[in-house]
Amino acid sequence: MGSQIVIKVILLVVIALVGLLIVWPGAGARRTALRRIGLLCLTFIAASAVVFPQISNEMASFVGVGRGADLLLYGLVVVFIGYVIATRVHHNRIDNQLTELARSYALAAAPKPNEPLN
Amino acid sequence: MADEGREAIKANNADVWLVVPLYNEGQVIGQVVSEAIETFSNIVCVDDGSTDDSAQLAREAGAHVVRHPINLGQGAALQTGFDFVRMSPTAKYVVTFDSDGQHKVEDAFAMVERLRTEPLDVVLGSRFLDGRTRPGLLKRIVLKAAVGFTNVTTGVKLTDAHNGLRAISVEALGKFRIRQNRMAHASEFVGFLRKAHLRYAEEPVHIIYTDYSKAKGQSLWNSVNIVIDLWMR
Repeated sequence: MGSQIVIKVILLVVIALVGLLIVWPGAGARRTALRRIGLLCLTFIAASAVVFPQISNEMASFVGVGRGADLLLYGLVVVFIGYVIATRVHHNRIDNQLTELARSYALAAAPKPNEPLN
Repeated sequence: MADEGREAIKANNADVWLVVPLYNEGQVIGQVVSEAIETFSNIVCVDDGSTDDSAQLAREAGAHVVRHPINLGQGAALQTGFDFVRMSPTAKYVVTFDSDGQHKVEDAFAMVERLRTEPLDVVLGSRFLDGRTRPGLLKRIVLKAAVGFTNVTTGVKLTDAHNGLRAISVEALGKFRIRQNRMAHASEFVGFLRKAHLRYAEEPVHIIYTDYSKAKGQSLWNSVNIVIDLWMR
């Protein structure tokens, strides 16, 4: 059981990295590039897990997890959490933009404060 | 004589704007505007995508109406109202005033007078400073818990954090921007007091719990949503 500390540390580090990547301020190009590299890596890992299932099994026993399928499941959970947070951040940004858009439309359509009514 | 006094008060309040967030209050908004306009000639109702005739009724009662094309929430409506008032070259004070008839115009008037005479940027209404307002036990517990939460998270000491009646100088409006579109804007606003170094005071006000406002009142579930909104943004 004590050997599972390896996988726990790995998972926590990956979660922390995902979180850091999401809240990293500024630099739009760098963030986009990092996100794309991450997705490419993910695709590569997924493809190799399909073609060489024994690799995931070996990786699993190396980090102290029973089977390769379990390791993949853990990976999926981490990726999913990252996806949820990233979607939330994106959603908030769209929300803010929509608010500002609706607001400027509303203000443009209404008579100005110093204009008399009617 | 009484009319002359009324006119003098109205003329004196020409630099004040009432900002009234409006969402499906067709039953009461006409009366609320007609009553308030006796004291404050400038009223802007921000219609937040109402599906009833609220906007029309507010306009007929003499208010300016700004209409959100879609429903955004009360916090968003307040900020739209602030942006509107800031377009006026003569506005000096705004009062945020609820559309459901639970605020008293006299209280709003007294709060603006304090802004005029005291070195303050913001005067906040509090229903717990005197014994006039009598919320039910459950409401009292929820409101007190909300005050405690807001005080702990913002570091500002208030007796009533979720009162919609506030008077703010137009100058202070330029120092913050409400981003909480929904109900969490009240706590967000308390945070601004500290972050923007606004000088503030509380004023005892009377909240009228009519059957109508009780039926529409904030549910306990909403306080859960407010905490989560504040945390997620």
